Amino acid sequence: MNRDRRLFGLIRENRTPFVLSFLSGALAGLMMIGQAFSLSTAINAAFILHKPLSALKEPIALFALFSVIRMLLTWAGHTEANRGTLQIRKKIFSRLAATVARRGPLLARSMQSGKLSLTMQKGVGALDAYFSQFVPQLFLAVAIPVLILIAVFPTDLISGIILLVTAPLIPVFMALIGKRAGALTDRQWESLSRMSGYFLDMLQGMTTLKIFARSRIQHDAIREAGENFRAATMKVLKIAFLSSLTLELVGTIGTALIAVGIGVRLLSGSMAFQSALFVLILTPDFYLPLRQLGQKFHAGMEGESAAKDIFAILEDESPEPRNGTATPERKSVQSLPISYLNVSYSYPRSSTQALKAATCCIPAGTTTAIIGPSGSGKSTLLSMILRFADPDSGTISIGTDPLESFSIEAWQKLISWVPQHPFLFNETLRENILMANPEASLEELQRAIVFSGLEGVAAGLPQGLDTPIGEEGARLSGGEAQRVALARAFIKDSPILVLDEPTSHTDPELEASLSASIKTLMENRTTIIIAHRLETVRNAGHIIMLQDGAVMHSGTHEEMVRINPFYQKALAAGEDQPS
Amino acid sequence: MKTFFRLSALVRPWFWWMALAALTAFAATGSGIGLLLTAAWLIAKAALQPPLAALQIGIVGVRFFGIARGVLRYFERLIAHNTTFKILANLRLWFYDAIEPLAPARLMQFKSADLLQRIVDDIGSLENIYTRVLAPPVTAILTSLLMWFLLGFWSRDAALLLLLFHLLAGIGIPLLSTLLSRGNSSGILRQQALQQVLAVDFAMGVGELQLTGNIQKHLDLLEAAEREKLRLERKNALGDGMHEALTGLLMNGAVIAVLSAVMPLVESGQTSGIALSIVTLAVMASFEAILPLPASARHLEADIHAGKRLFEILDAAPEVITPDDPRAIPEEMTIEARNLSFTYPGSSIQALDKVSFTIPQGSHTAIVGPSGSGKSTLTSLLMRFWNCSEGELSLGGENINRFHPEELRRHISLVSQKTYIFATTIRENLLLAKPEATEAQIASALQSAGLGHFQSRLDEFTGQHGMQLSGGERQRIAIARAMLQDAPIVILDEATANLDPLTEVEIIRAMEEFTQNKTLITITHRLQAMEHYNTIIVLKNGHIAEQGTHKELLSRKGVYCRMNMLSRIAKTS
Repeated sequence: MNRDRRLFGLIRENRTPFVLSFLSGALAGLMMIGQAFSLSTAINAAFILHKPLSALKEPIALFALFSVIRMLLTWAGHTEANRGTLQIRKKIFSRLAATVARRGPLLARSMQSGKLSLTMQKGVGALDAYFSQFVPQLFLAVAIPVLILIAVFPTDLISGIILLVTAPLIPVFMALIGKRAGALTDRQWESLSRMSGYFLDMLQGMTTLKIFARSRIQHDAIREAGENFRAATMKVLKIAFLSSLTLELVGTIGTALIAVGIGVRLLSGSMAFQSALFVLILTPDFYLPLRQLGQKFHAGMEGESAAKDIFAILEDESPEPRNGTATPERKSVQSLPISYLNVSYSYPRSSTQALKAATCCIPAGTTTAIIGPSGSGKSTLLSMILRFADPDSGTISIGTDPLESFSIEAWQKLISWVPQHPFLFNETLRENILMANPEASLEELQRAIVFSGLEGVAAGLPQGLDTPIGEEGARLSGGEAQRVALARAFIKDSPILVLDEPTSHTDPELEASLSASIKTLMENRTTIIIAHRLETVRNAGHIIMLQDGAVMHSGTHEEMVRINPFYQKALAAGEDQPS
Repeated sequence: MKTFFRLSALVRPWFWWMALAALTAFAATGSGIGLLLTAAWLIAKAALQPPLAALQIGIVGVRFFGIARGVLRYFERLIAHNTTFKILANLRLWFYDAIEPLAPARLMQFKSADLLQRIVDDIGSLENIYTRVLAPPVTAILTSLLMWFLLGFWSRDAALLLLLFHLLAGIGIPLLSTLLSRGNSSGILRQQALQQVLAVDFAMGVGELQLTGNIQKHLDLLEAAEREKLRLERKNALGDGMHEALTGLLMNGAVIAVLSAVMPLVESGQTSGIALSIVTLAVMASFEAILPLPASARHLEADIHAGKRLFEILDAAPEVITPDDPRAIPEEMTIEARNLSFTYPGSSIQALDKVSFTIPQGSHTAIVGPSGSGKSTLTSLLMRFWNCSEGELSLGGENINRFHPEELRRHISLVSQKTYIFATTIRENLLLAKPEATEAQIASALQSAGLGHFQSRLDEFTGQHGMQLSGGERQRIAIARAMLQDAPIVILDEATANLDPLTEVEIIRAMEEFTQNKTLITITHRLQAMEHYNTIIVLKNGHIAEQGTHKELLSRKGVYCRMNMLSRIAKTS
């Protein structure tokens, strides 16, 4: 059994509750032996020694006392294991959240959609059973049999030997079968999640199925998939369960062997009845923790696979963001150009370079348009200014100061960002705008709303500005979300503006009013815009053309038209189609 | 309680399988009791030093029960799992059949993938209703009965006492822990929901949070939600730990009680002393069946929660009902709208307001207008996703409500902006439109949709939501699907909006050829090649602002003329 060392590392960090839990478990085991002893004494007294009932009071009272103490210890063991588990969960959750906060959006983007929030949400919870059940059971499965062996050996050597011989069989079998069963359960879980993924796919695509009048026929396909899944899984389980059959048989046959052996020795008079009963009462308890460990095996495996996802995030190999200490001055940022010198960058786990020794300059106080086909590195270029990523090599500076010398937080205070798909938080419309500048006055908020064309949107919402928007609230369209982002930029009023220009998803009338707002916003700011519209490119003071991560050309519109054939071609495609 | 009965009705078809599994489980537990019982008899008898032959039956007994217990447990597991999978498959089918008539109108609120995922999780949690909720009580009751007869053999008092302890452990403790954790589970669910929202906001919006300096604030909120959740879970866990410990205590209490009932009988010589060790071990073994009951109670609570949520969705009345006596789709397919009005439920604004128009068979019509003007609502009504609130929509002179909705949809090819690609092969995604399509038909549809190079990739997987393909490729697959379907009416709802200009021109040309003898309705906000359409309908705020040919509308110098000007400015400035 190849247990994950990192998980045990977590236990070591939170040692006290687990040590207490183990200790309570072991003491409860001692109580159990005491119970067996007092019980066998009582029955022996009544059955063999024919003592009067009054003489039995003492061992029975002792039995009751042991029972109560054992109960309290069991409970304490549970509680402590649980306390330790919750400590670990809290710690892991904080570490995860802090990692996400530090790594920024590139981490989220590198994962399957929703995987990150799911890991924070459910993955950490999946560790619970591992620490609160599997780990304590793992300890008990060793401690209890050892304690019982210590008690049985002096009482009856032969029974002790039978236990000693059969006990290792169980872990040996578990190890032998465990690997195989582990692979099998893995496969079973995979196909189970594939099956529910298939079902989810059908539900999400129901409208499309309806369009093709196929939704009712799909019933048969789902039934067939379910039936195939069942048949395949049962085939696997028939073998997987053989392992637990073996475990069970080792336990029951061990019990039978001991009972028969004791019986024969009693018959020959070489053993006392009390010792016999004592051993027999303890025998099932000897195998029980091992069997229970088998039952909790699954919780253990689930925890380990959840841990894999968690540690993949925590131990992400991409370099730490380089956070400086200096605070940039608003005034100088406003008037200094930003320059890229030989900047290269590759995304984690990607073999191609997103930027290849890019060198270019973004002049202060004017608009720089970035153009190029998709995948040419436009958004990567922006990520660097936003400090979502640091160059692998090369430097980006403002004036003569490298960006890395500034505190990331202080630098980001001076930038507004309008992405292609702005994210709306699950808060009210007002909060979604004001988050960019909580100190803004009501008047400023009003101006931002008018400026971004959100008046109509706000008026149409049931509670106006105080309507919750985002996932669970009223859902705004993509165009409306972009207007929220514009309002955020307006209210933040920062010297640098980074935009990913909205493509024409809305209608022309709206598009015209939005681009007028964007134009106002860009005035007197250092603006970097990924441009999709010709008008934007023409109006920009400076143009950077990217191809395959490298700067192909840069200059003004007129210069580019004159010297650059690619630019001319791109222009032509954007012209109105022949009609 | 009602939810519980509705849920158990769902699993009734597997009653005999479940009964078989429960009986096998009982037999396995019974063998466990038998094993210890015969072992105890064996040593007690041996202590009296009879001839060896007298022990034979005990020796055979322990071996038999020892092996039987393992083997029975094995079969019980197989039967129980098989039954569970059958139940799960059936639950999915049942849910699918129930939700199918409700889509898409009644599922509007489930747009988000998370909510649908929650439904799938709910169904998944119901799969255990047999193994975790229904089976343990049955096994426990049977075991209790067995013990009643076993102990009753020696002493009625002992049997009564054991029953009392079984009841305390099997019903009293679950009740107690339910009482103690009342409100706790729902509190945890609430915290989980809150935390989910926060976690999604955090993971998806981390860029915005960084840029607006809100990251620490959000981090604090998130951790506060986690702390509160853990606090409630801790309370739950305290209860959990308690019931296991209490059950153990009750088991020992039962041993003492039963012993004190049997001991006087032994003392007075009414019963052999052998009984003492037998009842002790049998009582201990019988609690194995009682142990899972508190967990059963908790699972029952969770299942009822899940069931309630599912029934809440399914109990909605379907928007569209298939007529009892559906008419055949007529040969002549002129589409006509008369005073058509529609309001989405829960909205105060009319999406369509007394709209009237005629689209003759084989004509090409463009419906244009700003977003939110009601263009796509028209499609939804025509596809019978919704019923019109007022007025009438007819096809070939017959109200479309008179047709079988599926039959109607077969006659319309719709390409919408939101294309859904299933997580299967490209071929399967195409065949959806026409299961019997030949290779040649597929090839030509791909060619026309500008996906000729996909010919060799037909058996590649598209990934979840078609993520292995680019946005443009997904859109072109949707177009190829519509071409394969080859219906007499084609609706393109912003079908080319996501494509780059060069591809768009190509596809529009292919579409023109393809729809030559078909009725074409193009819904768009981009005014391109408008002079190719017989009629242009301009929608604004749910009513028809203008209607006519490109030339007529331009000369009218109204809304259309302004839209046209703006779109040209945007292109060329």
